[in-house]
Amino acid sequence: MTGGNNRMTGSSRATFAAVLAAPALWLIAFFVVPMSVIWAYSFGRTLGLTEVAVTGTLANYARVFDPVYLMIFAKSLVFAGATTAICLVIGFPYALVMTFAAQRAKVLLLLAVMLPFWTNLLVRTYALMAVMRSEGWVNDALGLIGLGPFEMLHTNGAVIAGLVYVHLPFIVLPLFSTLDRLDRSLIEASLDLGAGHLRTIFQIVVPVVWPGILSAVLLCFIPALGSYLTPDLLGGTDSQMIASVIERQFKRANDWPFGAALSFMLLYLTLAAMAWRALAERRAAGRTADRAAR
Amino acid sequence: MAGWLTWLRPRRAGPLDYAARWPLRLWVMAVLVFLYLPLASLVLFSFNASRRTIRWEGFTLDWYAYMAGDDALIGAFANSLTIAALSTLASVVLGTLAAIALWRYRFFGRGVFDGMVTLPIVVPEICMGVAMLVFFGQIMPWPRDLAWPFDLGAITIAHITFSFPFVAVVVRARLASFNREVEEAARDLGASELRAFADVLLPHLRPALVSGALLAFTLSLDDFVITFFTAGPNTVTFPVKIYSMVRFSVTPEVNAASTVLMAITVVLTLIGMALQGTDMAKR
Repeated sequence: MTGGNNRMTGSSRATFAAVLAAPALWLIAFFVVPMSVIWAYSFGRTLGLTEVAVTGTLANYARVFDPVYLMIFAKSLVFAGATTAICLVIGFPYALVMTFAAQRAKVLLLLAVMLPFWTNLLVRTYALMAVMRSEGWVNDALGLIGLGPFEMLHTNGAVIAGLVYVHLPFIVLPLFSTLDRLDRSLIEASLDLGAGHLRTIFQIVVPVVWPGILSAVLLCFIPALGSYLTPDLLGGTDSQMIASVIERQFKRANDWPFGAALSFMLLYLTLAAMAWRALAERRAAGRTADRAAR
Repeated sequence: MAGWLTWLRPRRAGPLDYAARWPLRLWVMAVLVFLYLPLASLVLFSFNASRRTIRWEGFTLDWYAYMAGDDALIGAFANSLTIAALSTLASVVLGTLAAIALWRYRFFGRGVFDGMVTLPIVVPEICMGVAMLVFFGQIMPWPRDLAWPFDLGAITIAHITFSFPFVAVVVRARLASFNREVEEAARDLGASELRAFADVLLPHLRPALVSGALLAFTLSLDDFVITFFTAGPNTVTFPVKIYSMVRFSVTPEVNAASTVLMAITVVLTLIGMALQGTDMAKR
């Protein structure tokens, strides 16, 4: 309560306390405390069924580096990376069309990605399951041209398809907001000077909106990395991601300390990605400032 | 709908008219088919007369009737709506208070508080889910045999915790456009702090409060992962119930339940977008 623009009088100090108290106490009681308990457990050892002794051991973190679990982390990173790359390839042209569409079409295209975005994750995943079953529509369509039926459900491909399906809006929305702010005269200048459309996009548009693209990529990558439901429903036994392993430690395997260590490793990866994004944005802002100063 | 059709009609493309180029149009069409075909087939097969969900065998509303008679499913649905309503109410209050605290005051630990409010948005759902599992299992066990709706307390608390930071983000964005001189004028004219808040600041915030509330309601109604870890055997929510139905069997009843959930979300999203639209038009 030190410092401040305006000196607080007694009554405004009371108002301040009243405003801050409820959200601060709520967060401490129901967010900071639960997360801290998990953090403490990650340095502990199981005693009984649900009893954990916090001994300060690092054994749980050492176990994370066991090849079995390293492989699962690697697989999760690959799944999330592939998902993000595919989403970017699919989403960029969509965002481009949205940016340059007439006002009305723009709203409709926006609505078209927003609706699935707000639709329940479970419902979307279930919808995809039904389409991909061996008697589903995709195999029916393939059957018409004499192919299949393929076993698509419960494969790694199904997991990636599902993650792309679920995360596409995560990349289209930020891409659109960054493309929408782009100075169009840059594109016009490039076209006037004789560059083709593809060349203009790759040499002018992409470099200019690069910070926005990075940001969109992370907004897709981060939730994809922690996905639980999609690999659980669409994947097979060998397509587990970190979240499924964490779930197993807490439910069936009953090894809370190890599950806690795994979830903090996932959290650290997430926070590292966020920090990298903040850094990249600051660097990009610095470059723009430099250019403006020159 | 008419706008949609004109958009489809070919016209001569200007140099920047990417929306009028055929390859890009086809691309957009393909994306829309990819996004909507699975959802459309889900809705369609909820009206299918066949028990096996593969072939279309005629229109029926039987699955909706069957669903309405499924007490467990209806109970789960009532639980979900109750939790969402309670969570929305608390999230709007807490989120608004947090936003005002961060916007108005400079105080010791402001950065930490700012980070704390943002963290629940960032933390992977699974991490928060297991944290809640342990918290309500070990630290603050929620009594098992309370009367409805008090048995939903643990889930509701978890939902408030991940929802109100989103409300805070929405309200903060709105606060940025508030002219503090208006409030100071009210104070100079003799309004008490509370009066100035209720008559000047709150009306300005109303659009953000409405969209924040819709957001909180949808987040709560949709949540599966965190609820999955806090739900007990007697406190099942709609998504958790659908999950167990999907896990054990695929019947048209699941399609019907999913369609209902989807319809609620679509209506809420459309209301939210319409409100935002009128809000933008007023500015």
